This record gives sequence, structure tokens and C-alpha cells, in this order.
Amino acid sequence: MKTKNYMNMNVNPCKMCMPMGGSLAFKGIENSMILMHGSQGCATYIRRHMATHYNEPIDIASSSLSENQTVHGGSKNLKHGLKNVIKLYNPKVIGVLTTCLAETIGEDIKRVIEEFKNKHSITGVDIIPVSTPGYGASHYEGFFHTVRSIVEYYSPETPEKNDKINIVAGDLTPADIREIKRIGKLYGVDFNLIPDISETLDGSFKEDYSKIPKGGTTIQEIRSMAGAKATIEFALLLEEKYSPGIFLKEKYGVELYKMSMPVGLEGTDTFIKALAKITGRSVPKDLHAERERMLDGMIDSHKYNGEGRALIFGNPEITYATTKLCSENGITPVIVATGAKAKTLKKYFDYPNSLIMDDVDFETIHSEVKRLKPNIMIGNSDGKFIWEKENIPLIRVGFPVHDHIGAQRKLIIGYTGSMTYLDEITNTLLDLKHSGYRQRIYDEFYDKSGGEKYA
Amino acid sequence: MKAEKSYMLDERKDHILIKKSGSDGIKCDQDSVSGAVSQRACVYCGARVVLNPITDAVHIVHGPIGCASYTWDIRGSLSSGSENFRNSFSTDLQERDIIFGGEKKLASAIEEIVEKIKPQTIFVYSTCVVGVIGDDLEAVCKEAEKKFAIKVIPVQSSGFAGSKKDGYKAACNAIISLMDSDSQMDDIKDKRSFNYLGEFNLAGEIWILGRYFNALGLKLITGMTGDSSTDKLKEAKNASFNIVQCAGSSIYLAEQMKVKYGIDYDRVSFFGIDDTSESLRNLAKLSKDERVVQKAEAFIELMIEETEEALENYKNRCRGKKVAIYVGGGFKAISLIKQFNELGMETVMVGTQTGRKEEYEKIKELSNEGTVILDDTNPSELESFIKEKGADLLVGGVKERPLAYKLGIAFIDHNHERKHPLCGYEGAVNFAKEVDLTVNSPVWNLVKGGGLDEN
Repeated sequence: MKTKNYMNMNVNPCKMCMPMGGSLAFKGIENSMILMHGSQGCATYIRRHMATHYNEPIDIASSSLSENQTVHGGSKNLKHGLKNVIKLYNPKVIGVLTTCLAETIGEDIKRVIEEFKNKHSITGVDIIPVSTPGYGASHYEGFFHTVRSIVEYYSPETPEKNDKINIVAGDLTPADIREIKRIGKLYGVDFNLIPDISETLDGSFKEDYSKIPKGGTTIQEIRSMAGAKATIEFALLLEEKYSPGIFLKEKYGVELYKMSMPVGLEGTDTFIKALAKITGRSVPKDLHAERERMLDGMIDSHKYNGEGRALIFGNPEITYATTKLCSENGITPVIVATGAKAKTLKKYFDYPNSLIMDDVDFETIHSEVKRLKPNIMIGNSDGKFIWEKENIPLIRVGFPVHDHIGAQRKLIIGYTGSMTYLDEITNTLLDLKHSGYRQRIYDEFYDKSGGEKYA
Repeated sequence: MKAEKSYMLDERKDHILIKKSGSDGIKCDQDSVSGAVSQRACVYCGARVVLNPITDAVHIVHGPIGCASYTWDIRGSLSSGSENFRNSFSTDLQERDIIFGGEKKLASAIEEIVEKIKPQTIFVYSTCVVGVIGDDLEAVCKEAEKKFAIKVIPVQSSGFAGSKKDGYKAACNAIISLMDSDSQMDDIKDKRSFNYLGEFNLAGEIWILGRYFNALGLKLITGMTGDSSTDKLKEAKNASFNIVQCAGSSIYLAEQMKVKYGIDYDRVSFFGIDDTSESLRNLAKLSKDERVVQKAEAFIELMIEETEEALENYKNRCRGKKVAIYVGGGFKAISLIKQFNELGMETVMVGTQTGRKEEYEKIKELSNEGTVILDDTNPSELESFIKEKGADLLVGGVKERPLAYKLGIAFIDHNHERKHPLCGYEGAVNFAKEVDLTVNSPVWNLVKGGGLDEN
């Protein structure tokens, strides 16, 4: 089994920390603000990372702990921070995320928040504590753990049964979320979709700028999750303890459909069929047409795809889903790599010709690229270092994308999105073939010796 | 006059100043206000940005993954030699390391690097958790130095232990420690040899100015730390004088070098035509060589003529626009005000994350009546003042960019992200070009135009 080249180090990380995941989750909750309990840098780094990816203002407050609070406790700063966030932003929800520092000095944020609420008689704002130590796990787990904590926070004693379907979104872009909603409409079904970043992280230009962006999952939607018909969770590789779907299933008996992001024909089929099964309705005509169109497109490009040898990397879910898309189209996934711990990735991909790695870094991925020589790379912008050195085209997808624009409106799910995604891959392979083929063929076959070769 | 507005937090009032004759000083150099959404980063960030451009050094971040992940290649600095510095090494501390300590892991990590890369210098940065769990960085580094006969330098940069400025200081101390490790100093110094402190070669600045220095007959030993290396930094002691650009990060280093090695220094700024010319004149004088002084005059005259000609068109297109500035340090803010003056543009708002008292005094002196001056501001204040002052353009970091765009105004990236040089005469033209590109983009006409409902 391949592990990292460096035993005691992660060199050029292919993962981020838990508070990053937590921030991504809260950004999809309506009228919410985040207060990170820790030193000032954590909030700033995460804001910078998200701002370059989404091209949206990302406001995240920090309790700005310094030496004094590190020694004597940061509760005063946290309370003060809450007061200021309420004053400046007037949110309905405040997510309080811990950091390495807060966890290590043993801050009891639940208690501090209770004290704050009681002392100032705070009403009309829900303050949700989530434990996200940076050393606990990666941003992947941090994301789902935070979504789960939000769902738990609002879970009612006695849920009212309803006809809605819960969607736990995972690595989806704002454009992907809009597509999920469209598919829901075709079925005539209402979703409790969490976190709904479709508007909050892909905002529009309006005369009046609002510091907290419009949109996001409403509190009412989250409350109704416990009584929903079923949960669809796009988190195939996630450990159960982080899973919001598992929580809803175990506590309320909400049926859980765990699946990969609906990327690729089969990946989308799984989602569409699950919707048909849960709603008891037949698959809408439009979706049949979209599927047929996708299949038609796949046939058109299958021979070109057959020459693809891909490195696929990034978050576990998008890596899994993209690998499925590649395999069903004849693109060999030469290297499949994720920085998070996702042991099950290997279980799903029992391909003889593929190197499957989890808990890995870019230093190792780079050395494997040199060895196995893929001709296309599919993953986030952090692959640009390999791209720069090895001159292998990189399709930017996933998070973060810093060096291209438009990551927030990239649609890669459903039949339509998957086909656009596949087209981008295929066209990149075609460009590889077309650029320089005249010279390649000339160099290989033109007989400058005048026939001596076969004489 | 102090600003009085409801959107401000009371404790922020003294950090905001509206220039009027006889107005008081501004409050600065304080911890950020909890919950105010400061744009600052942390101590570690300060240390990393100063040391990172040292090209042949290996930079190990001793801490959880996030700190290394978010600062991987953060500077984008260019190198004429090694690329070691472009990698981000992390000990990727996990929960068990937090409990049992990370010293062993760090020692093994250093050993692995020595085996695989054999660098001359390793910097080991401490992070928040390391500061709390009490790993003895000094001891581990000392032990490794003895064992491997290379420089292993601890950088005391726990995130909470002050602000970004304290990180600069930690970095300067690390550089001193590197310079000290080589006891050789030339007996007779070349009067024309010098170091250039506070310049990081983000887009070839050291190389552009290196050409100027050559033209004048001066000898640059090394940039600090742009395009520097272990050998060059050890050689730095042999300079006859130092020039300092980014004072916030490097004035401490200049002072230390003066005390320890008797090297005098002067402040320079190579941003804008006036500052560049004045700095070249001062630089020439420092060499105490009349030939250099004469060469400088001739060179400046020639360059100004060429540059003025190239700028004329941009000036005509940009004149009269109003500018808001929010940058990291005071030096940059000051040079930007001057540059905008050169283009006939008025600065209506100016702020810094970590400006010093005397820098704010200078800013006040350069500003027109009514200019808003801000220390360690936040998105809420930026939004209010940009609107209130009617700015057409914001200069700032990556986090501020989306805010400017959401407010419908132009933006200049005077930050790590830029990929073109902004210094010297060439830089002055690049700067004007970027201002013109953004301020006069046709997109703003569409923004001002009515929507679909307008006839």
C-alpha cells in the first residue's frame, strides 16, 4: 500500500483544517454569521481561501485571542465577540467554531454561550457551538460534522411528519445546488437542502449590498428535517460519526440514502432513482430526455476518452464521483488521491491499473505523477504546482480554485452538468492529440533515409 | 476630529480619524477587537511572509495542517536559484501529538528532510498549539544542528503571541541568527555594496532594481528576503550600508544590523516615479562616491523622460478619480497616496492593518482635509466609508477585492497575488495601466445602467 513519501510530515497539503469545513457549512445557513474562537489568523486565512474561490466577500469574525487569554481563558473575548457580531451584523444564527487554540486551552464554549445569553437576555439569535479543532480531522470531516451539529441543534423533541426530502449537499457548487433544486421541481418535491450555498456563495450584483448575503437553508427547513420522508446524503465515504443522515436515521428513523455526488450517468441514475423511489413517482420525462442526450454525448466522445489517463485528486467525494465518471467513459484513472482519511476509497475502486491513495500529500502525488505519467489532471488549484512542472493539463474542479475564475458557477452534477464536465475533459484530451500530431507523425514515420530502414 | 457613526463599535472609534487641521493622533498598535472582523492575520503569518522568500531554505510548520495549507507558496516570490521555499512542510499534528507532545515527530521530520533534501537551512515555525503544549523548539533545533551540521532555526511564531508585527520581529531574529552563524566579516568593505531590506521579489522587483543598481555602479549583495539564499544572507554582513523599503517588516532587522555589524541604513521606496527617483538619489549618496551620484542623475533623467511619456495617456484617463486604500503596512499606504497623486487621483480613505504611529502621522500629513484614516479596520467600516466618500477604486488585499466589486467599484491588487511588478519606473507604468484597466472598464457603464425594467 502506497503511503506518503515523508513519514513524519505532510508536504504540500492536499487537505485543509476542520474550521474551514465548518465555515463552508455555516455559509449555507440563512442569515448566519460565523465567529471563530481562536487567534486572529485562522479566520483571516479561511476568509482569504474562500474569497478567492467564490469571488464573494467572506465575513468571518474572530475572538482574536492573544497571549493573555491563552493563559487566563478566552471566555471574555468570546462574549465580547458575540456582542459585536450581533451589533455589526444582526444575524439570526451565529456559528461559533473552535480552533486548535481554543480546544487546546480547554474552552467550554457551550457554557460561555449560555452565560452570555442569560446575562444579556439574548433572544432572536441562535448561537450554535461546534467543536472543530484543526488537528481533529480535515475540512472534509469538519464540514459534515458542522452540518450535523446544526441539524442536531435544531432537532425537535417530537418531529412533525412531512413529505419533504432532506438533501445533505457535500462538495457541491452553488450551480450544482441550483440544479438539484431544479430536479426537485421536476418531481414536484420539496427539499430540505443543507447547506444551501446556491445564493450565499454565488451572489448577484445589486444596487444595495447586504453584508449577510441573501439565501441559505432556513431554520424552518432544518427543523423539518427530523420529520422528513428520507435523507439523501452525498457523502459516500464519510465516517458515520460525522454524518447528519445517520443522526436523523438513528434518532428519528428517517430513511437514509447514502450515495456519491450525482456525477456521471450511473451516479446521476442512483440519485434520480432514489427520488423516484422515495416519492413513489415515475421519473419525469425531462430527465429521461436529459439522460438520453448524455448517453448520446458519451457515445460521441468515447474513443477520445479511451486515450485518457487521469490523475484525479481532491476531497474524497468529488474525487470518488469524478473517478466514476472517468471509468464509465473509458478514461483510465491512473492515480486517485485524496488528502483526507478515506479508507473506503480503496474498497470502491478495485481497479488493477489504478493507484488509489488516501491521507496523501501533493509531494507524494507529484512523485507518482512522474512515475505513472497521466496525461490529464482533474482536481483543485493546488494541483497547479504539478501542472507547472510537468506540463500536464489541469481541469480545475472542487475546492479551492484560486487561479481560475468561475468555480462557484461550475455545474458538474446531473446529466446535463456531467456531460458539460465530461466535454471539458474530452476536449482537453482532443487538444492534446491535435496539438502537434503533424510533427509527431512526421518524426515517427517520415523516412529520411529513403527506404534504407526496411532494406 | 473623531468619527461618530452608529455602524461603528464604540471601541473602534479611536482607530478612525477624519483629517481636519489640528486633529489628534490615531490609536494603533493594539490587539484586534473581538468580533469586529479584523482583516489581520497572525504572528505565524508575519514570520512566514518575511522568511518564505529565502529560496534554498526548507520551511517546516510545526503544527496542525491548516497553518501550512493556507500559506503554501503564499508569497509567490520569484527565485533565480532554488525552489525549496515553494514547498510547505507540515508536521501535521494530530490529537495524539497534542496530548503527548510533538517534539519527537519534529525531530524525525527534520531528519527526513536532511536525508532527502540536505538543505543548508531549515526554519521551524511554532504555531498556536505548539505554544500551548510547550514543545521545546529551541532544544529540538539545537540538537538537530549539532547532529546534521546545518542551520536549524526556531521561529517563535505562535499565532496568539501578539500580532503580525511580532511575527515580523521573530523572522528578523531568525535572519540575524542565520547571519551570525558565519563569523567571517571582510576587513575592508566595498563602499558601494549594500543590502535591500523589506523587498520580497513578488514579481521580479529585485531584478528590475538590480538593473538600476548596476547602471549606477552599485553592488547589491542581497534582497531581504526577496531572491535571497543562505549564502547571500551570510554575506550580507559585508555591506557598507542597508536600504529599507517595507519598514513595518524590516526596520527592526536594519536596526539590529546596525547595532551588531555597524551597518547604517536609510529608508527608500521604489513605488512611483518621485519616490523611485528620490530613493535612487539617496542611495547614490550613501555610496559616498561622486561618480555614482553623477551616474544616478543621468539615469534618473533618462528614465523619468521615458516613463512620463508612457504615463501621459493613463493620466488623462484616470485624473480626478477618488481612491480608497486598505493595505497591510504603513509604508505601502504612504507610497500609494503619492503614486495616486502622480496620476492626479485623490485619496479619500486610507487605512492599514499594522501601521505605526509615525507612519499614520505621515499619512495624515499627505492627506487632504476630510480624508478618512483607519487602523485595523473591518468590512463594515470599509463599506460605509467607501460609500460615504464616493470612492471609485479600492486598493487592497485579496479579501477586500470581492467587497469592492460588490459595491460596484474598481480594484487594484497590491498584494501577494499580483503577477506583474509595480516597483521602479516600469512598475509605475504597470501600476497606471492596472488603474486604467479597472477604473475605465466598460463593465461599470453596465453597472450604472438600468436593469430589465427600465425602458
